Parts: sequence; C-alpha cells; structure tokens
Amino acid sequence: MPLAAKDARHRIALTLNGEAVEGYAEPRMLLVDFLRYELGATGTHVGCEHGVCGACTIRIEGRATRACLMLAIQVDGKSLETVEGLAAPDGALSPLQQAFHENFALQCGFCTPGLLMSIGEVLERNPKPSEDEIRVAISGNICRCTGYQEIVDATLAAAAVLRGDAPDSNAPAASSSAKT
Amino acid sequence: MKPAAFDYLRPIDLDEALEALHEYGSDAKVLAGGQSLMPMLNMRLLNPSVIVDISELAGLGAIEETNGAIEIGAAVTQAELGDWHALARKAPLLAQALPNIGHFQTRNRGTVCGSLAHSDPSSELPLCLATLEGEVVLRGSQGTRTVGAAAFQTAMLTTDCGPQEMVVGARFPTVASGAGYAFAEVARRHGDFAIVALAAIVTGDTIRLGVGGVADTPQVRSWSALEGETIDDALNAFAWEMGGSEDVHATARYRRELVRRIGRKVIEDARDAASR
Repeated sequence: MPLAAKDARHRIALTLNGEAVEGYAEPRMLLVDFLRYELGATGTHVGCEHGVCGACTIRIEGRATRACLMLAIQVDGKSLETVEGLAAPDGALSPLQQAFHENFALQCGFCTPGLLMSIGEVLERNPKPSEDEIRVAISGNICRCTGYQEIVDATLAAAAVLRGDAPDSNAPAASSSAKT
Repeated sequence: MKPAAFDYLRPIDLDEALEALHEYGSDAKVLAGGQSLMPMLNMRLLNPSVIVDISELAGLGAIEETNGAIEIGAAVTQAELGDWHALARKAPLLAQALPNIGHFQTRNRGTVCGSLAHSDPSSELPLCLATLEGEVVLRGSQGTRTVGAAAFQTAMLTTDCGPQEMVVGARFPTVASGAGYAFAEVARRHGDFAIVALAAIVTGDTIRLGVGGVADTPQVRSWSALEGETIDDALNAFAWEMGGSEDVHATARYRRELVRRIGRKVIEDARDAASR
C-alpha cells in the first residue's frame, strides 16, 4: 500500500464478529481505541496500554491478541472477534460466559472481556486443560477482584460443557476453593 | 498513553521496505510483531516519523532447516515457532525457553527476530541465540551480511543493525549429537521479565552456560572437565565477573546467588538430558 500519511484518516474495513464494518483512523490510532471510539464496540476495555494487563485482549483471525499493541490500520481486511460476539443474538450467554456467571468468576468485570477472549482460544486449542495449564494461560490477564480461583473453576466447568461431559453432581468443586 | 503521529508504510516486498529504510534511515522504525515496539511508542520512548510494517511481508514468514541450523524469517511469530512440528527434536533449548516469553497472547503476535532486534538484556531469545552461537541475517540496500550473536548484541537494547538495515532472519544451530540442553528462569510471576534467565549446553565434559538479566547483554562461558566443587567455584567467579544490575526487582547480590544456585541446577538438567 502507499505511504499512509500521519495527519490523514484512512479507511479501514474489517469483519467484526461476523459483520462487515468500516471506520477511519490516523496511522497512530491504537486498535483498541478504534474499536471503542470509531466503531462503538466498547466491550473491549483499555487498561495499561502497554500489553501487560490483558484487559484489551481480542481475537484476530482466531488468535488472542492485545488490541493496545496493534494499530487500527493493521487490521484492514481482517476478521476480529470481541466480547460482543460471544452471546447469541437473543442474548443467551456462551458456555464460557454462563460458567463465569455460575462460578462467580467476576466482580467488577473490568478484566472479564479480555479473560473471555483469551480463554476462548485456550479451550479451542486444548479442550481438556489441566488446572495448571489454565493458570499459566490466564497469567497474562490481570484480575484484581477474584483471586483467580473462580476463573479457574469457571474455565474447567466451561471446558466440560464444551466437551459434552455430563456434570457429576456428587463430585467436589472443581478445585480446592472453599465454598460454604 | 498514545503514540505520537507517524506515517505508516506497509511495503509490498522486501525491496520496498529496504528503499524506505534507505530513504528515512533512523527516522524510520521497523514494525514486526510490535510487542516491544508498540509499548515504547505508546509511552513515547520512541518517536519515529515513519513506521515500516513488515509483519505480513512475503518471504519473511518461513521456518527452514538448513546446514545444521533453523533459519527463522523476520515475520515468524513466537507462537508459530512454538507450533513448529520439529521444534522439541531439533531445538530443545528453544522449545524449553519459548513458554517463558511473555504470555501466549503476546507470543501470538511477537516475532522471534523482533525479540533479537529489540535485544532486551533479560529476553529469552537473545540468550538462546548467544548460548547456541547463532547468527542474525541483516539486509540493507548495500546487500546482505551475517553477524554472530556476540557481535550482534552490542549493548542494552542496542545491536549492530544499522539504521538503513533490517533483520531478515536468524539462524539457531540445531541439536548437536551427544549434547544436552536446559533452560530455566526466575521471574516474579510467569511471563514477567526474567530477573535471571539461564541456558546450558553440556557435551561430554564441556559445559556452556549463558546468563541473561544480569549484564547489559547475554553473557556466555564455557568450561571443560569441571567436577563437583569446582562447578560452584566457576559459577561464583562467573557471577562476580558479570557484576550484576541492581534494580527494583532484585539486588545484584540476589542475582549472583541465582546464577550460582540455578546455574548449577540448569547444568545438571542439561547433563541429565545429554545422558538420556
């Protein structure tokens, strides 16, 4: 492509959650800001803006990626998924969202979109992750409310649902967390 | 924290990328995965006038095995290398080091060569390249040259790559017969910058140990025919020679202690791997 000038807004067309959308951005505009301010998709959150906290994690061509470490102009023609695309059109939660809800895996909810998008790729690549594998996988998403235990529980529960395993009502909680 | 304004170029081929670097020189910055460059732009530690995006440049996306080395193109991500079918068999040190690089979300985007070009003192890939005595392939409008790891990494965040050149690939030697490899690092949490990272290669009675996170660049020593107590003496001498940086994460003394303790462990792990 020809040189995109710094002071001009350039047309960016992409697929967002299966829908063709377009907007305009200067070359320096971060992808996460483009999603929020240009496309109005505010489900993706902005945290640290240097790739550490994971709040802005979205999926680009299926891969979980930091939207604060990419430029909007880089995703022209690409297919993106954000938290807005998880629930069904009628509002029914995805299995992972439902598991978060049932396992108290969020409190303030700021980290939740990033965690959902990260774990989505984890479960696609590894349908039966161990607790340790989940902990390593979510180490790039900072949560300051839950202490992570409930997120691990929710991930294990969602993995079981996605695999089609029948829940064992006599089994103890998926992890060692005490629930009274 | 938003980047200052810059022009953006996505060249259609390597020649156009090199022309841009020739024209703009140090005013341009090459963007590959952006997992180090983008934070620096966001924090305005860098203020280039042109960004040259090579992340999808044709011809830079291959992993190839040639002449006893794995040659990795400049657009290959760390995740793609991790998924490469022969990695554990051909490059056990890289296979062990890769999971320690950031998080899977940053490895999805971050490139192998970008990490080398960034040359952070605590980074895993520059350490592996130095310990394995690999090479970096640089290309400029004047031609191509190949630089060994020790000559490439000249100082903290500084390399031998000129302003009109770019890294087009890196060569990591493949596994040597009879050699054992081991990697270990200590960080506050998984995926954080390493306080100390260590890579060991043991072949017969020869030990080669690389240490990252202590000096400005990865430091490597080789010893022959060391046994028992003398390994500890050699590690102690090595730890003191490197000095050691003192920062908010760890004291220099703590880093020396990690070199002594984890150094011994990683050497033993490599020896075990060699005897299997």
